[in-house]
Amino acid sequence: MTDAPPKISLKNVKKAFGDKVVLDGVNLDVAVGESVVIIGGSGTGKSVAIKCILGLLTPDEGTIEIDGRDVLDMTPREREKLNMQIGMLFQAAALFDSLPVWENVSFGLLAEKRCGRDEARDIALEKMALVGLKPDIADLSPADLSGGMQKRVGLARAIAIDPSIIFFDEPTTGLDPIMADVINKLIVHVNENVGATALTITHDMASAKKIGDRIAMLYEGKIIWAGPPDDVDQSGNDYLDQFIHGRTTGPIKMAIRA
Amino acid sequence: MTMTLGFLQSIGRVFLAFMGTAGRLSLFTISATSHCFRAPWYFRIIGRQMIEIGYYSLPVVGLTAVFAGMVLALQSYTGFARFSAEGAIANVVVLSITRELGPVLAGLMVAGRIGAAMAAEIGTMRVTEQIDALTTLSTNPMKYLVAPRLIAGVTMMPFLVFIADIIGVFGGYLVAVYKLGFNPANYLQNTWNFLEISDVISGLVKASAFGFIVTLMGCYHGYNSKGGAQGVGAATTNAVVSASILILCFDYILTEIFFAK
Repeated sequence: MTDAPPKISLKNVKKAFGDKVVLDGVNLDVAVGESVVIIGGSGTGKSVAIKCILGLLTPDEGTIEIDGRDVLDMTPREREKLNMQIGMLFQAAALFDSLPVWENVSFGLLAEKRCGRDEARDIALEKMALVGLKPDIADLSPADLSGGMQKRVGLARAIAIDPSIIFFDEPTTGLDPIMADVINKLIVHVNENVGATALTITHDMASAKKIGDRIAMLYEGKIIWAGPPDDVDQSGNDYLDQFIHGRTTGPIKMAIRA
Repeated sequence: MTMTLGFLQSIGRVFLAFMGTAGRLSLFTISATSHCFRAPWYFRIIGRQMIEIGYYSLPVVGLTAVFAGMVLALQSYTGFARFSAEGAIANVVVLSITRELGPVLAGLMVAGRIGAAMAAEIGTMRVTEQIDALTTLSTNPMKYLVAPRLIAGVTMMPFLVFIADIIGVFGGYLVAVYKLGFNPANYLQNTWNFLEISDVISGLVKASAFGFIVTLMGCYHGYNSKGGAQGVGAATTNAVVSASILILCFDYILTEIFFAK
């Protein structure tokens, strides 16, 4: 990589909820334009890590830098400005159900007053077409859409502001395999053609290999392995092996609580 | 010994939890209020909330007011007849309605209608990550969700209560004239003569304060709800109950401020 500072840099990030330590010193650099996928079991803190970067949670310790600037020291106004170049696809899409689909897609544009409502609607239709949504759903309420469609609307909303960083929280969960692949291709497209830096969290290995330039595995609050997708299968890391093959036996003990 | 200790511990725990809630609520109130005075303002949402609070609450508040006025006339008549003071019922009706029952009943009805709806809506937005989504779309949820509702509540409640006052007095008039056989002109004269502008104004100030309380409680409980459908249900209940209690509590405090000389 070049001398430019990494787009996103996490150093020794720790976060605990009460006694439960979720992140225990996460270190991760994401270069400009790179697509990194964080994998890990349910409840290993993947979502917490993303929320810390987004500023929705404040880590207990450590630093998070975006474009070389410490985001934890920012004033709320600076933070808001930074958010203008960040897109996020939420796990359950998190669409605003008080607004029609097109207003959901163009919400960021309207919030930042980048354009008027007519133009925003045109941009919304354009972005919807990118994710394979027809214009005739533009005036529906998000609640009238299927889960897969909601996810695509969420994706359209995330890319509508032309972000330089985009986060995907379980982009393929709950979709059929074909739709999952459509979403994977879209993410690759956004990453390569738009040039956005992408950080995805998933436990769908097929998806991870398709969209990631680099895969990092989070286990017990730490990144225990990181490398290109091709190395995943012969990493020699027992934890990673167990995870990608979905075995119940191995070093990862599933805490089965009553 | 251990029993006493356990007992004291539980008292302490309740006390700490109470202080924690009071602190969080205070911070929320300060932050929410300050966002009402700082740009950007979402006029479209403020307008929608104003219609919801001011216009769509009219039927339920009006009905409450008309029956309150009617029952006041009837009750004070039967009560005052015992010492031949029936003539005073016009005053009783108009003073009780404008000073007390108008704002309090409207406040309680709006708490049930609007406070609950706000807590449920914002609570659902919280548990479905919509509030997080707002933040990531460079929109401050306090400004987008909370401030418009507070502004709408504070400004619309006085109008609502003013109309409720008129309807309530009219309810008393109906009963007095058509059931108790009062002379309409006399009754209206009595109503008008004893009414002072400060009676109405104090009621409208109360209304504004209650509008603040109802919307603040709805937003606070919704904003801090957690744990899915059950959490949203609890938030809704808490919003209505706490708003109702605070309305009655502040009603006393405001009355004390206005009329205690």
